[in-house]
Amino acid sequence: MAVQERFGNRYEEPFGSRLVTSAKEEILHRIRRATHDVPKSEHPEDVPVERGYREQDNDPHAEIVARFAERAAEYEATVHRVSETDLPGAIAEACERRGIQTLVIPSGLPDTWVPDIVEALRDSVRMRLSNEELDKSDGVLTGCALGISQTGTIVLDAGEGQGRRALTLLPDYHLCVVREDQVVGLVPEAFTKLAETVKSEGRAITFISGPSATSDIELNRVEGVHGPRTLEVLIVG
Amino acid sequence: MKTQYSDAFSEGRTRNFEESARESLADSQLRNNLGKATRTIRRKRAIAVEEMPDWEQLREAGRALKSRVVRHLDEYLLQLEESVTRAGGQVHWARDAEEANRIIAEIARSHDAREVVKVKSIATDETKLNEYLEREGIEAFETDLAELIIQLAEETSSHILVPAIHKNRSEIRELFMDKLGLKDLSDDPPDLTNVARLYLREKFLNAKVGISGANFAVAETGTVCVVESEGNGRMCTTLPPVLVTLMGIEKIIPTWQDYEVFMQLLPRSSTAERMNPYTTFWTGVSEGDGPREFHLVLMDNGRTEVLADEIGRQTLACIRCSACLNVCPVYERTGGHAYNSVYPGPIGAILTPQLVGIGKRGSDSLPYASSLCGACYEVCPVKINIPEVLIHLRGRVVRHKQDEGGIKGKLDPENVAMQAMAKTFSDPRLYEGAQRAARIGQWPLARSGAIHRLPGRLAGWTDARDLKPVPQQTFREWWRSRNGSETGTRSRSGAGS
Repeated sequence: MAVQERFGNRYEEPFGSRLVTSAKEEILHRIRRATHDVPKSEHPEDVPVERGYREQDNDPHAEIVARFAERAAEYEATVHRVSETDLPGAIAEACERRGIQTLVIPSGLPDTWVPDIVEALRDSVRMRLSNEELDKSDGVLTGCALGISQTGTIVLDAGEGQGRRALTLLPDYHLCVVREDQVVGLVPEAFTKLAETVKSEGRAITFISGPSATSDIELNRVEGVHGPRTLEVLIVG
Repeated sequence: MKTQYSDAFSEGRTRNFEESARESLADSQLRNNLGKATRTIRRKRAIAVEEMPDWEQLREAGRALKSRVVRHLDEYLLQLEESVTRAGGQVHWARDAEEANRIIAEIARSHDAREVVKVKSIATDETKLNEYLEREGIEAFETDLAELIIQLAEETSSHILVPAIHKNRSEIRELFMDKLGLKDLSDDPPDLTNVARLYLREKFLNAKVGISGANFAVAETGTVCVVESEGNGRMCTTLPPVLVTLMGIEKIIPTWQDYEVFMQLLPRSSTAERMNPYTTFWTGVSEGDGPREFHLVLMDNGRTEVLADEIGRQTLACIRCSACLNVCPVYERTGGHAYNSVYPGPIGAILTPQLVGIGKRGSDSLPYASSLCGACYEVCPVKINIPEVLIHLRGRVVRHKQDEGGIKGKLDPENVAMQAMAKTFSDPRLYEGAQRAARIGQWPLARSGAIHRLPGRLAGWTDARDLKPVPQQTFREWWRSRNGSETGTRSRSGAGS
């Protein structure tokens, strides 16, 4: 092949004399041979990366929140804006409207949010709900880590009031509370805010933009393949 | 040279694009489905991209980051291994498809898994993992709706993003009724989708091992991500106690922050959405959340061969968005199967021949499956210059034929013709002589100002187009006859003074 013709003879074969080479050694060796044109003195940071894109949305925060509400709704999520005091009532009303009887509650969720009209299935490190229990439940109520206005995305980081990933995956209905001050403008702002959680704790991050969807059949969008078929968002501020 | 890939592209070695394309073109249902699909995605993508004032800057950053990664791939892989290990994951290295499959099968077997659930992964299509596992007595369930359709139909994917794009709803309805034993089913997409939901939910809840690909993996933190729409990716990466992720060694990005570039480029280019419904980012294993065991398999399988070609190298920047497929006039008409590879379309036309190596009959034909219109380059979110690589690979294919073919290659009619042409075109006297000869030779062929059919081996050229005959008088002849002596004298005297 061309590669070997070009520099097969000139390049030293550091592992050539050994009979058994690990896959790791061999792959690294192949890479080094393939990139022999890259100067030895070049460091990764020497390859210029121009970040000319927008890193922050400078619009007034009220506009950013309004855009978040609008774009989350465009994904067929139901979005309501409520005040802090009206929140418990809005949660209860949403549950009633959907006929929710059993509601999964992650640990760390404010007690005042949990409506009296439902049976609360509480999940905690000590009392973990089984996958079957989650599957049979009617829905789940959570907070979130962030909202992204540019894309109408909700970000979960498995923190307080959000719970482990399975909680927001198996129930058919997800009711999510987003505080106005949690909404950021652009995608880069979200990754900056999440960096600490990822780097220090390594928690899993989930981006949710509307309910589960497929366009696999003749490109017709169908909501609800495997995740919750209904996503409802309450923006509080 | 030593074989570094298994039989992932075996069909590509024997069948060439032209032969396969002819079959696809004869299927009017396929052309209809494809035309509708590619037109729809094309239109939507344009809208999603138009909304972004900094799209070009994002593309440039994406290109630059990927270039940084491939130029220093060894360092980044070692850093990724360290980060994933620190976060509680296990890293495996696989030279080729066979080794990757073996590692994955061993992990599944060590957990007594007879069934595994899979989220759509082209890397595992490339290694033919499902067939391998089946031979090992392990059943792999595809959980992406389109992949499920393909698997039930015992077919192969025809599009990176929407693999069942060639099937319409009534075909899918019949397939589900037949394979899943359903008696009553409408062809309404929501009803068809619900069948998949119910069928697969039970699989998700009981699987011991989940298998995924990776869209990106961050060297700095070890964070791997799966970008998806349906939620089957979340299911596979969350519910089974063991997760195995297979990724090509080129899928690395340097830092966590760099996701801000690719998570803007990918969804808009791919599904024309501001953001895809679900993305999961995980870093090793998390106590009490998701799998207890995480294995990351880093696979070469020909990628280092791509890396060795300084022009072809940019192919490794591909983030598998499939935007180039949807704008390609060739793909729109032939569909994905004609490419005989898990990587169809323009990107496949440059990736496949490089992965398997130049000199295979089937994949050598792929760089020619293009009109070089350049639409793919325009839409590529990481600015891969696909036309440049196509032309470069055509050159490699020709040189390979000349070098490897020995005396037979030298006497190959195409080669002989090209050599003669090169000679003729580089000598004005020979060129003019050839024109005169053609003028005489063409008279029985030229009818009403066009040549409709060339004789013998040249007939291929006129199969699909007419040829303009050589004119009775060329520009140079006309110039000479008009004021030849006068001009000639002046230029000669000018040169002498």
